[in-house]
Amino acid sequence: MIIRVRFGVVFLILFSLIIINCRAEDHKVQEESNYHNEAQQHEEFKPGKFIFDHISDSHEWHILTWKGHHVSVPLPVILYSKKTGLSVFLSSKLVHGHHYKNFQYGEGEYDGEIIEKNEKGEITVPIDFSITKNVFAIFVSLALMLFLFFSVSKSYKRAPCEAPKGLQNFLEPVILFIRDDVAIPSIGKKKHERFMPFLLTLFFFILINNLFGLIPIIPGGANVTGNIAVTMALALFTFFIQVLSGNKHFWKHIFNAPGVPWWLKIPIPLIPLIEFVGILIKPFVLMVRLFANISAGHIITLGFFGLIFIFGQIHITAGYGISVLSVAFSIFMTCLELLVAFIQAYVFTLLSAIYFGMAVEEAH
Amino acid sequence: MSNLLTVLLEVSLELGPIAAAFGAAFAVLGAAIGIGKIGATALESIARQPEAAGDIRSSMIVVAALIEGVAFLAVVICLLIVVL
Repeated sequence: MIIRVRFGVVFLILFSLIIINCRAEDHKVQEESNYHNEAQQHEEFKPGKFIFDHISDSHEWHILTWKGHHVSVPLPVILYSKKTGLSVFLSSKLVHGHHYKNFQYGEGEYDGEIIEKNEKGEITVPIDFSITKNVFAIFVSLALMLFLFFSVSKSYKRAPCEAPKGLQNFLEPVILFIRDDVAIPSIGKKKHERFMPFLLTLFFFILINNLFGLIPIIPGGANVTGNIAVTMALALFTFFIQVLSGNKHFWKHIFNAPGVPWWLKIPIPLIPLIEFVGILIKPFVLMVRLFANISAGHIITLGFFGLIFIFGQIHITAGYGISVLSVAFSIFMTCLELLVAFIQAYVFTLLSAIYFGMAVEEAH
Repeated sequence: MSNLLTVLLEVSLELGPIAAAFGAAFAVLGAAIGIGKIGATALESIARQPEAAGDIRSSMIVVAALIEGVAFLAVVICLLIVVL
């Protein structure tokens, strides 16, 4: 109870500090502000840019735009450049083409990246370790996961033989489902415990980040699992665990499969080559499946919302009219995406369990 | 007739995006047919043996996700043709 309260208080304080720190941009020059506002009023709505900005990562967390002022949470930018070493500063120093200590957003070839441009005009690209929107969202979901599982484990330790209640009651069927219906059928009763921590973490990480991606307001709304770098990291974990826990029978099946005629292995090892490429392709498909499912759902929902603005530019009443249809379709798409969130987390975990099972299978 | 042909020649065809659109359409068509067949067989087997409905339902969802994975691979490649 005390730890639960403490976690809750810490979370709340952290959250409110962030909200207090988020500030509206103020333009230094009044004329510049007027010109900027006017330019924004006549700015055309570009649906491609709208969708792409919401799908991709960024160095600040944009919440809303109130009368031309952007309200966003600035996030720390951490850069390591070979010339000037480590630099840490808030991303609010880099908005609107301003530059800070030779760092600025690049254009053309370096569009979207932070580049370092010294007085002579030479451009180098520093290594970017920033806490971007996706990294911050991962931290938020990590905090939620730690809070959930530490409080559940504390309740189990305190009263191991009592009936579960509260949060315990909610998580126990899910955890037992992963153990009894995903891990044991795929890996076997004797060896599944080794892989349970990874499978549970994988399932809850993907599920919580998928669900947070559906919430439109901070701290949700960052497209974490729709970022191919994040899914690549998860698939690489599965790949390394499978390869590093493979036993002799696993490698024998790959490189010297029993029952395959000899002329497919010598002189050109066709079957071993195909099997080896198969080991690489399976995690790759895992990565693309999760990335494409989640990104496609977000793009479709954003497309329906963008429809309102496209019609609104033709005539404002057309925008109001189409908003009824758009909201109806968006609700339907969100329900579908909710289903996809659960299914994709389950399928990623199930396939990882099957690959681990193949790796530790005994001879039969 | 030759005027019509001259006019048609001046119309610029961007074959890249057209090919990408056809590729994505065919990939999605294949996935839809495959998942439709799975759904049909699953319903038939549930009708034959209602006690196995739970097992059949989970297998159906897993196989549908695998097929969708391959279809999404094709769609992502077509998207890369258009964007890059």
